[in-house]
Amino acid sequence: MVQYTTARLDDSFAALSDATRRGVLEQLGRADASITELAEKFHMTLTGMKKHVGVLEQAGLVATEKVGRVRTCKLGPRRLAEETAWIEAYRQLWASRFDALDKVVEELKQKETVDGLKRSE
Amino acid sequence: MDSKGASDPTSGKNRTTVERTSERELVVTRSFNAPARLVFAAWTKPELLMRWWAPKSFGVSFLSCEADVRAGGTYRFVFGHAASEQPMAFFGRYIEVTPHKRLVWTNDEDGKGGAVTTVTFEERGAETLVVLHDLYPSKEALDGAIASGSTGGFGETFEQLDELLVTTSTSLGRS
Repeated sequence: MVQYTTARLDDSFAALSDATRRGVLEQLGRADASITELAEKFHMTLTGMKKHVGVLEQAGLVATEKVGRVRTCKLGPRRLAEETAWIEAYRQLWASRFDALDKVVEELKQKETVDGLKRSE
Repeated sequence: MDSKGASDPTSGKNRTTVERTSERELVVTRSFNAPARLVFAAWTKPELLMRWWAPKSFGVSFLSCEADVRAGGTYRFVFGHAASEQPMAFFGRYIEVTPHKRLVWTNDEDGKGGAVTTVTFEERGAETLVVLHDLYPSKEALDGAIASGSTGGFGETFEQLDELLVTTSTSLGRS
């Protein structure tokens, strides 16, 4: 399990060590794109872009699908799963804070009621 | 966001929702069954803030909590953790303080990549809707926070949070 994770991280870091590939991920974060579109955007040959996308795909960061003659690229399943997991962890962090805050606020409310009663006596 | 402000039938507690609303912004919402001035007080008086900001389940505790809650004032929260000798400090500056309505502060512990947090308190009948925005300086900054695994709560060195992340990823069927 640990080794597997390390291998995955190695793939990810290798894939992310290149500025063009980071640019491709950023681009795909905005919208899906074909290899041709990406090649044009980054002023590269089709072959060069295919190689970059291949590395990203290998690392699970990008997924591609060929429809007819066009290969469309989008963010890969790992990237999305990581974001979803992180957001859920972030939600749990705030949810436990807020459950604790409920108790503090409830106490303040009761204290205010008691003080109010004292004042009106 | 159809569940905004709804309560969770299993626990009776109000639901906390989180949404990434743009490439550099996260929004957290939660309702409280109290007037806005009381909820606001719990965010702005250090002695009250200390009682909920680091709930027991986090495995961390406050070593100190300083908060000079006025525009231009600073805050500094220092936490200790059983599994870590180094205390962790979170600090920044309040940019805007509008009593019972709105708080804005910076998160400076990570240098320039930190988010600006805006919290609004909106009274709705007997309830107060709290909406918290974390606005990062760039998409890269938010993506970076996500990639680091830190939820901005207590950093990735804290094992408990790591465990939480692992549990969460596993339950989502991540390989």
